[in-house]
Amino acid sequence: MIEVTVKFFASVRDIVGKDEYKYSLPEGASASDVLVRLSDEYSLFQDWKNHLRIAVNYEYVPPTHVLKNNDEVAIIPPVSGG
Amino acid sequence: MIQIVKDKINVEQVIESVADPAAGGVDVFIGTTRNSSNGKQVRFLEYHAYKPMAIKMMHRIVNETRSQWDVKKIALVHREGRLEIGEPSVVIAVSAAHRDEAFKACRYLIDTLKKVVPIWKKEFFEDGEVWVESEERMARVENRK
Repeated sequence: MIEVTVKFFASVRDIVGKDEYKYSLPEGASASDVLVRLSDEYSLFQDWKNHLRIAVNYEYVPPTHVLKNNDEVAIIPPVSGG
Repeated sequence: MIQIVKDKINVEQVIESVADPAAGGVDVFIGTTRNSSNGKQVRFLEYHAYKPMAIKMMHRIVNETRSQWDVKKIALVHREGRLEIGEPSVVIAVSAAHRDEAFKACRYLIDTLKKVVPIWKKEFFEDGEVWVESEERMARVENRK
């Protein structure tokens, strides 16, 4: 098993009600597995997950990106800076 | 100068930071907070950044800009926290030998910042508040109510 920190922002943080979570995932788990887990726990994610990007250690990654122990995974809703 | 700041952005200081004797011009973009959104009166806004990643992405887009246009200096400063209406939320300044590069670089910086830098704004109304995300997402949230 690996442990990752998952961080939430903006509307996603409102849904989850926390800034971050620690998740234990099986070896070889991908970034999209985190979204699957969140969708299981929070039904609102089902509709929204196609609009979310994932960053690992401050870089955007594709859903297939394989996670490592202690990675910082961030769920990034559409950004609105500027 | 690449920063995310809590206090009001000192626009003059940002512009001065790109001064260069070889520059023939400075292009400046100032993003300011608007008092209305979809016809509703906005009272104030809050900007929230995923700071370490936002700073990293800001450095990246500055480097991308440098690789595309011959510019002298670039400053990119974004505000976070509570902003009143009309305050600068982002200030970008680019100095270059010629104006064409300065305009194009500045345009690229603001357009790319709005797509990739993880910063979100929340608008506060008389009767509630909403995170501003893509229009498509906003529509879905509306439909849910």
